[in-house]
Amino acid sequence: MAPLLPSSQPWVEKYRPKKVKDVAHQDEVVRVVTNTLETADLPHLLFYGPPGTGKTTTALAIAHQLFGPELYKSRVLELNASDDRGINVVRTKIKDFAAVAVGSKPHQGGYPCPPYKIIILDEADSMTEDAQNALRRTMETYSKVTRFFFICNYISRIIEPLASRCAKFRFKPLSEEVMSGRILHICNEEGLNLDSEALSTLGSISQGDLRRAITYLQSAARLFGSSISSNDLISVSGVIPQDVVESLFTACKSGDFDVANKEVTRIIAEGYPVSQLICQLLEVIVNAEDIQDEQKARICKKLGEADKCLVDGADEYLQLMDVASHTMRALCNMQQELCFS
Amino acid sequence: MLWVDKYRPKTLEKITVHEDIARNLKKLVSEQDCPHLLFYGPSGSGKKTLILALIRQMFGAGAEKVKLENKMWKIDAGSRTLELELKMLSSTHHVEMNPSDAGFQDRYVVQEIIKEMAKNRPIDTKGKKGFKVLVLNEVDKLSREAQHSLRRTMEKYSASCRLILCCNSSSKVTEAVRSRCLNVRVNAPTEEEIVKVLEFIGKKENLTLPAGFAARIAAQSNRNLRRAVLFFETCRVQQYPFAANQAVPPLDWEQYVSEIAGDIMKEQSPKRLFSVRGKLYELLVNCIPPEIILKKLLSELLRKLDSELKHEVCHWAAHYEHKMRLGSKPIFHLEAFVAKFMSIYKEFLIASFG
Repeated sequence: MAPLLPSSQPWVEKYRPKKVKDVAHQDEVVRVVTNTLETADLPHLLFYGPPGTGKTTTALAIAHQLFGPELYKSRVLELNASDDRGINVVRTKIKDFAAVAVGSKPHQGGYPCPPYKIIILDEADSMTEDAQNALRRTMETYSKVTRFFFICNYISRIIEPLASRCAKFRFKPLSEEVMSGRILHICNEEGLNLDSEALSTLGSISQGDLRRAITYLQSAARLFGSSISSNDLISVSGVIPQDVVESLFTACKSGDFDVANKEVTRIIAEGYPVSQLICQLLEVIVNAEDIQDEQKARICKKLGEADKCLVDGADEYLQLMDVASHTMRALCNMQQELCFS
Repeated sequence: MLWVDKYRPKTLEKITVHEDIARNLKKLVSEQDCPHLLFYGPSGSGKKTLILALIRQMFGAGAEKVKLENKMWKIDAGSRTLELELKMLSSTHHVEMNPSDAGFQDRYVVQEIIKEMAKNRPIDTKGKKGFKVLVLNEVDKLSREAQHSLRRTMEKYSASCRLILCCNSSSKVTEAVRSRCLNVRVNAPTEEEIVKVLEFIGKKENLTLPAGFAARIAAQSNRNLRRAVLFFETCRVQQYPFAANQAVPPLDWEQYVSEIAGDIMKEQSPKRLFSVRGKLYELLVNCIPPEIILKKLLSELLRKLDSELKHEVCHWAAHYEHKMRLGSKPIFHLEAFVAKFMSIYKEFLIASFG
């Protein structure tokens, strides 16, 4: 690929740690991996955890530290969800790559260069079950010359036989201190001005996802220049302003269907994403003190159902209307079901 | 030329409705560098206008010379070769397409076509903008697999290709894609803003508007600017000079739906259900999307109902719309909703009036 223009590179890539020891906040993982790096003896690895916690970064860093830039191309195969990974690919591409034996030329150019290759399967939870099954035997047969790294968000989507063949590492969401440390580092490098309020806002809206935090930061920096306030960050992140959520909640409390209908129509016309709204509404309802537990439970159940429907692709207006009407009935102690007797 | 196209602002400076967004976009572009963008908002709010103006701002007038081509793609999908035909609008600097047209094969479109396009980096003699812009419409209609494929593609080819995604509801776009883009929310213009636009067009066309006429069009347009301008032009064709109390003709399908609502309210019987089915088919045959029929029908019914029934009816509408999304034949679910409504309403009538 042509050399990148320095400015056109996303900060997420620019500040991706190059070495395993630079990965933030995952102490256990880093400790174990550094040990194995010294001995160059590596099991199959399975990294799982929420997005933006450093899984791909760690995997790439291990590969780079083992082989160095020269051997990297021939020793590492990187596959992710944007490549086709049906059962055919497992049977041909992966197997062919895994079967090739490599000579050991230890310590070339300061890198350990152990006598095996690495296959990185990013976003492995989007692989079909058949494809995963086809991998089982391949992994064992070629274990002398090939190591597999699996990276996924949900370990439950990896079939048990594969998971049991790997050393598992859980990546935990980043705490706010660690995150603000990284963010401040980037701010220094880029010459940005971030006050403490904006920093804590960034921590709370990104919910432990460092990639998201950096993306927000970069977007805000592009739009608003070098000094960024917390409002700027909120407007970039697509979080719904709290007063919109509050006004919907008040409309539900009023007990008048038409008021709620009007409010919902307005929200849809403003273009706020409903799935986000449901999350924030949940927060408001759980934290509200003047609602009884039973009412809360009823509302939460409906919120869950609506979220599922939205994932299935149902219409936003109708689902939000349904949520609003249920919330209203729960709050005003109206009958949940209509009965004529 | 329709007024909608004639008065579509061509540059970011001329945009009047979303001035703040336009200003921000301009700032983005002026730094020679632009992230991936995701525009979302209701229809008729001006997403496309903003995108076109943005592209023009990036590349100058050259981006307006577009050609429409029907390209055949041969895709090697393991055991078989797929042939896909897709329409795309392209200029030297950008390509615009609608990947969801490929139906269930949209994953291949995203994987192959975008990769191919992104790999071909344009060479500019001045050596400045080394990237192409790819506009993808209706990303919310893409399948889950296709959206997953999109995420890595976006990162990998970010040096040579910028994606501009456009959709109605960002709930249907996966979190992974959303977090890689700068999200731009385009809200529907308020009625005052629509009135201003209508008055502007009226002035340009040398029309005299009676007081309150523009406001009435705006009220009927449901905060959809495109529809408002179309209404305005229809009125102009019907009668000019405008009468002070000239009626704004409703869309014929909307009228048809409200007739259906009236039918259902009048009589609840299998026979009426049968006649309603015919009318629903009529609407579907004329390519009115089923969820829009359902929403309109609901809002018509809500207007006529007692408040105690509203909750129940609303719940069932949401229920059947969800079912419709999972199923494959919309007519069943529309009819089921009508039947459910009839049964609820009949029961209510019997309970209250005996």
